Amino acid sequence: MPPESPPVATPAPDASAPSPALQPGLLELFLAFAKMSLAGFGGVLVWARRAIVEQHRWMTAEEFNETFALCHFLPGPNIVNLSVVFGSRFRGIAGGLAAFAGLVGPPMVIATILAALYARYGDVDVLRRTLAGVACAAVGLLFAVVLKMMMPLLKRRDVTGLVILAAVFVAIGLIRWPLQIVLLVAIPLSLAITILTRRMVKA
Amino acid sequence: MNSESNPIAALLWTFGLMSLFAVGGANSAIPEMHRAAVGVHHWLTDKQFADVFAISQLSPGPNVLIVTLIGYSVAGVAGALAATVAMCGPTALLAYYVSRFLDRSRDARWPAIIQAALVPLSIGLMAASGLIVAQTSDQSWIAVLITIVAAALAFATRINPLWMLLAGGLLGFAGVV
Repeated sequence: MPPESPPVATPAPDASAPSPALQPGLLELFLAFAKMSLAGFGGVLVWARRAIVEQHRWMTAEEFNETFALCHFLPGPNIVNLSVVFGSRFRGIAGGLAAFAGLVGPPMVIATILAALYARYGDVDVLRRTLAGVACAAVGLLFAVVLKMMMPLLKRRDVTGLVILAAVFVAIGLIRWPLQIVLLVAIPLSLAITILTRRMVKA
Repeated sequence: MNSESNPIAALLWTFGLMSLFAVGGANSAIPEMHRAAVGVHHWLTDKQFADVFAISQLSPGPNVLIVTLIGYSVAGVAGALAATVAMCGPTALLAYYVSRFLDRSRDARWPAIIQAALVPLSIGLMAASGLIVAQTSDQSWIAVLITIVAAALAFATRINPLWMLLAGGLLGFAGVV
């Protein structure tokens, strides 16, 4: 982070106030989420945790983990869900909207400008070659995230989990079945297996 | 639904529905975006899809903004707005209500069970996303090598990923890829 970066949302949180009592206002929510979003190249989660837990102390580490877990198992873009849940916890629906607008608004403007540039200059050979190179690296980053997320399953030797993982990969990635159909089968199946194995572990 | 007559309606319908099934975040929805945008609606070519993915990774913000780019190429600024709202709106509303509901049933065990059941699904989906994008972006051995090196570095080191995107871009610029 550049030293002059937090001009707005951190007016030196008065040290006397206990951390959970720090209640962000609407503008503060908007600006905080805009900032973490604009810092978040290739994913906002790292920055969101940093801002919410470490900088502003709006949540403890545990509260953040719980909130993110909830947003992870709900459908849709995790971090977008997180912004709405987080904002509304402090300031109701208006707070949710403020955080959401901060997270999505400014980067959307940037993405639209990039899209316009691409539409105009997308055929220029140099740009195409450059983007092709970026795409190769970007896929690599995606694979790295997949590997990192697989590590807990591997460490636990969670065979059923890994089989489900592989089955979804084959159905969507190789056979290219539509997502909805695969999930309509896979979600109940995975739920049933999870409940069964927990019962067996207990018994 | 009838995408030829009204592209905005097609965008709203496609991404609104897709978001409700996108367990595990925007990246795990990429196979479905590819299927819808390239296969079903012919909004983009394979190559354009890979480019759009690259742009979305290059620009700051949540990864879901790839739908902004797809929307823009279909119907300009209105399309960008429609795709983004459709992809984020319904699930955000859902998250709001579920979170309020969960706050009231704090001590229940079933949230943990549901989460445990969904984790392998979301990882499998993300792996499939990687494969599908890789099939269009990695057309040469050098390209495959770049992908592998970037994956290894991002997995094993704490180097800022932006450097890897930059390095990939430079190699592409130099005509190596």
